[in-house]
Amino acid sequence: MIIPQTRNIGLPMMNLMRFKGLPILQQLQIEEQLLRTSSENWCIINDGTNDPTIVMGVSGKPAELLEIESVLRDQVPVIRRFTGGGTVIVDNGTIFVTFICNKEAVPDLQPYPRPIMSWSSTLYSKVFQGIGDFNLRENDYVFGNHKFGGNAQSITKNKWIHHTSFLWDFDVRNMAYLKLPKRAPAYRSARGHLDFICRLKDYMPRSIFIDKTVEAAGTQFSLRSLKSEAIETCSKTEFCPSTRFLTNEELEAAAVAGQ
Amino acid sequence: MALTLWASSTANALKISCASKPHLSLAFSFSRCFSTVLDGLKYANSHEWVKHEGSVATIGITDHAQDHLGEVVFVELPEPGGSVSQGKGFGAVESVKATSDINSPISGEVVEVNSKLTEAPGLINKSPYEEGWMIKVKPSSPSELESLMGSKEYTKFCEEEDASH
Repeated sequence: MIIPQTRNIGLPMMNLMRFKGLPILQQLQIEEQLLRTSSENWCIINDGTNDPTIVMGVSGKPAELLEIESVLRDQVPVIRRFTGGGTVIVDNGTIFVTFICNKEAVPDLQPYPRPIMSWSSTLYSKVFQGIGDFNLRENDYVFGNHKFGGNAQSITKNKWIHHTSFLWDFDVRNMAYLKLPKRAPAYRSARGHLDFICRLKDYMPRSIFIDKTVEAAGTQFSLRSLKSEAIETCSKTEFCPSTRFLTNEELEAAAVAGQ
Repeated sequence: MALTLWASSTANALKISCASKPHLSLAFSFSRCFSTVLDGLKYANSHEWVKHEGSVATIGITDHAQDHLGEVVFVELPEPGGSVSQGKGFGAVESVKATSDINSPISGEVVEVNSKLTEAPGLINKSPYEEGWMIKVKPSSPSELESLMGSKEYTKFCEEEDASH
């Protein structure tokens, strides 16, 4: 029996949870748990995270991606997340938007990376209509050829997650903790961090961006706002997330081994 | 959507990189015919293949899967001695900023893991049925193979899946 997830307007239901300043580790662990244990669709928006934190993708190698000496010296936390993709440093100027969907939630969408990425760009095209020169370029959200949003995904047998970190603002000093990645999109053309990225705040007020994102999601899903406490009752199974902090010992060992 | 997939798979086959464009609406669709499907293997609807030879079964992902996933840059596999269950995840690949679960077509004990994939994950794209094999398993329930698709059935499954999207 198929459990209906639609209201009378015929759109699949999606739970909407909004946070402000939720620690990024907690956000990612909640997302991983929902992906693995919840049968519902979710949109999570976290308006900034409290402390500057480096977040690597599942296969990230610290020695290749980070200036480990500076990271250890300044005690910048480093997380390895459960999704693919690259390395970012996030803080209270970063806005996070996540979609966790059942495979049937988006009609005619094949659950593979490129179709999901393409779907996401059509959603955000509505958000940025008439603003800047918005595009999805080699898996990044850009205005022109300047990146302001980074994407990552995880795809399971029956669900997928697509999450984005938007650079509403950033501290240039934090970019110094990140090396230039070996694997970079061609359009980056070997530009340094500051020549490659741009600030969303130069294009749109913060609250307007979040409101427009919710509005765009509402054109495809029937949104049901949940309070953050609801997350406790929605997921009853015991789950151990893989997303975690890397220890100082791990970072030091990586620096020595050059990995 | 089918045209976008066709174009991207052609680009992948020809090793051409192209910038992604927002989805365009289509007046018609193409049926995919680029994936290789080998006779003699069995296939799961999650796009893994299994080759049963004597007491060992070799498992990997299909040409259809590798093509849709894109360039594989990282592979996560279990350790020998572990167990796998039919339909459950045993590892993952990373491609195009995504991790994708790999599900076992059969249950059994992992007896060998393809260690070459650590340094050369792209073998999965270049040779999904041979050098890109992932694990070898001692099947615990050989009858599970009967529930899997043969080559003709899997070919039709892929065509229908691509046509419906």
